Amino acid sequence: MNWDSWIPLLVVASSLLPGLIIFSLPEDKIRLRTTLNLAGALVKLVLVIWMLWGVYNGRHFETRLPLLPDLELVLRAGPLSLFFVSLSTLLWLVTTIYAIGYLEGSPHRSRFFGFFSLCVTATVGVALSGNLITFLIFYELLTLSTYPLLVHRGTEEARHAGKTYLRYTIFGGALLLLGTVWLYSLTGTLEFTPRGFLNGIDAQHYPALVMIFILLIGGLGVKAALFPLHGWLPKAMVAPAPVSALLHAVAVVKAGAFGIVRVVYDVFGVEFAAGLGVTTPLAWLAAFTIIYGSLRAIYQDDLKRRLAFSTISQVSYITLGVAIAGPIAAIGGVVHLVHQGLMKITLFFCAGNLAETLGIHKVSEMNGVGRRMPWTMAAFTVGAFGMIGAPPVAGFISKWYLGLGALDVGQGWVLVILAGSSLLNAIYFLPILHAAWFKEQQGPWPDEHHFDHKETAWALLLPPVITALMALAAGLLASLPFSPLEWAKLISIREFYQP
Amino acid sequence: MDVLLTSSAFAITLILLPLTAGMLCFLWPAIARILGIVTTAAGVFAVAGLGWQLQLNGTFHHPIGGWGAPLGIDLYADGLSLLMLGMTALVALAVSIYSSGYFTSRDDEIRFWPIWLLLLGALNALFLAADIFNLYVTLELMGLGAVALAALSGGKQAIAGAMRYLLATLLGSMCYLLGVALLYHSFGSVDIATLAVRIDSSPAVWAALGLIIAGLALKTALFPLHFWLPPAHASAPAPVSALLSALVVKASFYILLRLWLSIFSPQGVGDGVNTLLGLLGGIAVIWGSVQALRQTRLKLLIAYSTVAQIGYLFLAFPLAAASGGLAWNAVAYLALSHALAKAAMFLSAGNLLRYGGHDRIADLDRVAQRLPLTAGAFALAGVSIMGLPPSGGFIGKWLLLKAALDQGNWAIIVVLLLGGLLAAAYIFKVLGNIFTQASHPHEPSMVPARMEWAALLLASGAILLSFMASPIFELINIGDVFITTGVKS
Repeated sequence: MNWDSWIPLLVVASSLLPGLIIFSLPEDKIRLRTTLNLAGALVKLVLVIWMLWGVYNGRHFETRLPLLPDLELVLRAGPLSLFFVSLSTLLWLVTTIYAIGYLEGSPHRSRFFGFFSLCVTATVGVALSGNLITFLIFYELLTLSTYPLLVHRGTEEARHAGKTYLRYTIFGGALLLLGTVWLYSLTGTLEFTPRGFLNGIDAQHYPALVMIFILLIGGLGVKAALFPLHGWLPKAMVAPAPVSALLHAVAVVKAGAFGIVRVVYDVFGVEFAAGLGVTTPLAWLAAFTIIYGSLRAIYQDDLKRRLAFSTISQVSYITLGVAIAGPIAAIGGVVHLVHQGLMKITLFFCAGNLAETLGIHKVSEMNGVGRRMPWTMAAFTVGAFGMIGAPPVAGFISKWYLGLGALDVGQGWVLVILAGSSLLNAIYFLPILHAAWFKEQQGPWPDEHHFDHKETAWALLLPPVITALMALAAGLLASLPFSPLEWAKLISIREFYQP
Repeated sequence: MDVLLTSSAFAITLILLPLTAGMLCFLWPAIARILGIVTTAAGVFAVAGLGWQLQLNGTFHHPIGGWGAPLGIDLYADGLSLLMLGMTALVALAVSIYSSGYFTSRDDEIRFWPIWLLLLGALNALFLAADIFNLYVTLELMGLGAVALAALSGGKQAIAGAMRYLLATLLGSMCYLLGVALLYHSFGSVDIATLAVRIDSSPAVWAALGLIIAGLALKTALFPLHFWLPPAHASAPAPVSALLSALVVKASFYILLRLWLSIFSPQGVGDGVNTLLGLLGGIAVIWGSVQALRQTRLKLLIAYSTVAQIGYLFLAFPLAAASGGLAWNAVAYLALSHALAKAAMFLSAGNLLRYGGHDRIADLDRVAQRLPLTAGAFALAGVSIMGLPPSGGFIGKWLLLKAALDQGNWAIIVVLLLGGLLAAAYIFKVLGNIFTQASHPHEPSMVPARMEWAALLLASGAILLSFMASPIFELINIGDVFITTGVKS
């Protein structure tokens, strides 16, 4: 019996099964629900660590199930898969703890946590997909399982945001489907292969391949919030804070960005894509999105909306790093997948804490909040500095490699974008920090809750502190083995140098 | 024992058991409910047995009473028949369980069960028929049973809908019968296998083809002959709507497909007609979806969705000329997933209607929140109807899209994508109402658990189909009904 071929499937099942059971639980079975949630998250974490160790020692983890007569459902743990899977699994655990605290006493929790588990199942599936059809299936499942979370509160505004989300994502899904089937019709395979599987293709198909690239990136760009497909993300900030965390850091936006990495590296192959001439426009688009998102963020007074525009900007770093088509920039782009996740989830946790504890939703209400909630704001500060790209937080590492990589392949203009983005990030984050730490409190907080001597509930406070520490550690300990940077280097080497 | 477990035994059971049980229900209404469930459950086993035998021995051909083709009645089953029988058996069982909770008054029971079992017998006989006249007889039986069921609730709307349905179905069968008469006159046989050998491209054959296609397209509700479907399917009681949309329209489509594959297409008769059928199918997809989106009543929305989904089945005709098996496999899978999903949808709608007393989509929020299983069933069925993964609908759509892309048929590609987007629009128009903060204003009438579970299990079946494509295709292709035509044409 070969257990290794079942582990990827178990990783997916470890959140699917608890999710299905949770759906059927009555509202008041809080303890059982919490146990199932945490047990699923922990089992998944153990399995992922097992796979990390195994892959490090040269073992293969691959599940193949028949799907169609000539296509299989493939789940495989390669370096890039594991990179994303580790991020999602770790952050899912933290977000689950946060969500349990955040939703205490609110209605429809069984429904919420059921879909929450489905959402992570889909994300892990996206990460482990070994071919494009498997990716597509989980990618669409992600759309479907996120929608109920987004409209969870059931307000008019939430339903409107849900509608917008569906319009964008279902349309994107159709593009992705068309691109995938077209590619399959042309090549007869969809298996993710390092450096792509299109090398032997006849030159007469190049125009079709350019179209397919546009379709695939269009479909993925919706979730990755690439301009002009980003419109749903700022609206989605009406969702509860744990859902925002899921959208911005763990699952949805990341699945889009991850998909772009997959398509460029393992479908087209970066050299082939550069040869087709499609990477340069993609780099421009990403660069434009970076500046555009930052500019829009400056003018938002609503904290979560400002963070949402910041995500639009930051996620495009990943796309940019991939589209520059050089080995060092690739490291910067890929590693930002994890770095941005750690930093942005911290910021959204903190925003949620401010809203739940003090009723603060706007930047203009944050004066003096640092003294009332020092731990929360400390975590927020770490996240904000990371976004700006200040050392030693993780964001600095990403930008350093992006910049070096751009110079390495003679694309100096990228440095201007990076510097401009850092400046803009400073413009919209530093005033928040200044107001929180140095300004005096003006009048009472909008809606204050008290938690004995603590600034807020444990379940709300621990997660952002943990993720902020991880963001710091990812920057400070970047050269240790198993750090995000080291994995990103491994992925880049595999894509660029290995035969 | 061996004698009892042959294909013939299973096939004859599938026909005779529901007919006998139907008569018993009429004579002895007190046990109608139990008899109905037991009969349909036995039907599932009989189909499984038939499938097992087909897999062992290949296609099955049985002259009843030993008389043989020119004189007697023959039964025939291959993978395609098996697919339709299996689909019928599953939907029939779920609908029977559902109906045992739905029809509670003795009056309703005495009308519903005998007619329903008669209809089931007719359906099974239709899928096992080996000649075109026998197909006519079973088609007529099925049509009459379906009309009677549609009129069951007896309201003014139901009677009007059923009346229109009756006229359409009679006109359809009449056209078909004329076509059969022409073929019999020209070739002296009604046996499909014999006709397949003797057919040629004469004016009489073309006339017969036109009449048969027109009649069956009317009964299948292919655009623009769909006018009778929405009122009939929407005004019937929920379990009946489920049967009509899931099974009855598929039966006439099955005849069309069977004759096309076995008689007309291999000899090249009817080239050009396939383009027309594809065109009408494409319009049906768009038109039905847009109409569905415009509806304010849930059952009408689902009925128009059926018009659109029927369209998908016809998209394969122009594609099959070049890609044969691929397009037909897609159609088989779409038909199967649509049957499960659409039945689940109508059953869910019945639950919502029973609970809230209305099916106005805009006011469904209060109801949907109280019936999570039903809402879940509707959502899962919706995923398959939209053709999103993971679902049987997705597999079917993937294969159809693949066939269209292989041939660069961009009209069909656009229809497929647009149809999916529109379906998402009308499905989420309903689903969006589940997530509101609406309070609950009045005391509802309760919905029995088995009515919710029947819907949910059918919908889950449509989802699970996404992981069963390989074995199902193996079964469907027993007798190579799709492949041979693909090679010849």
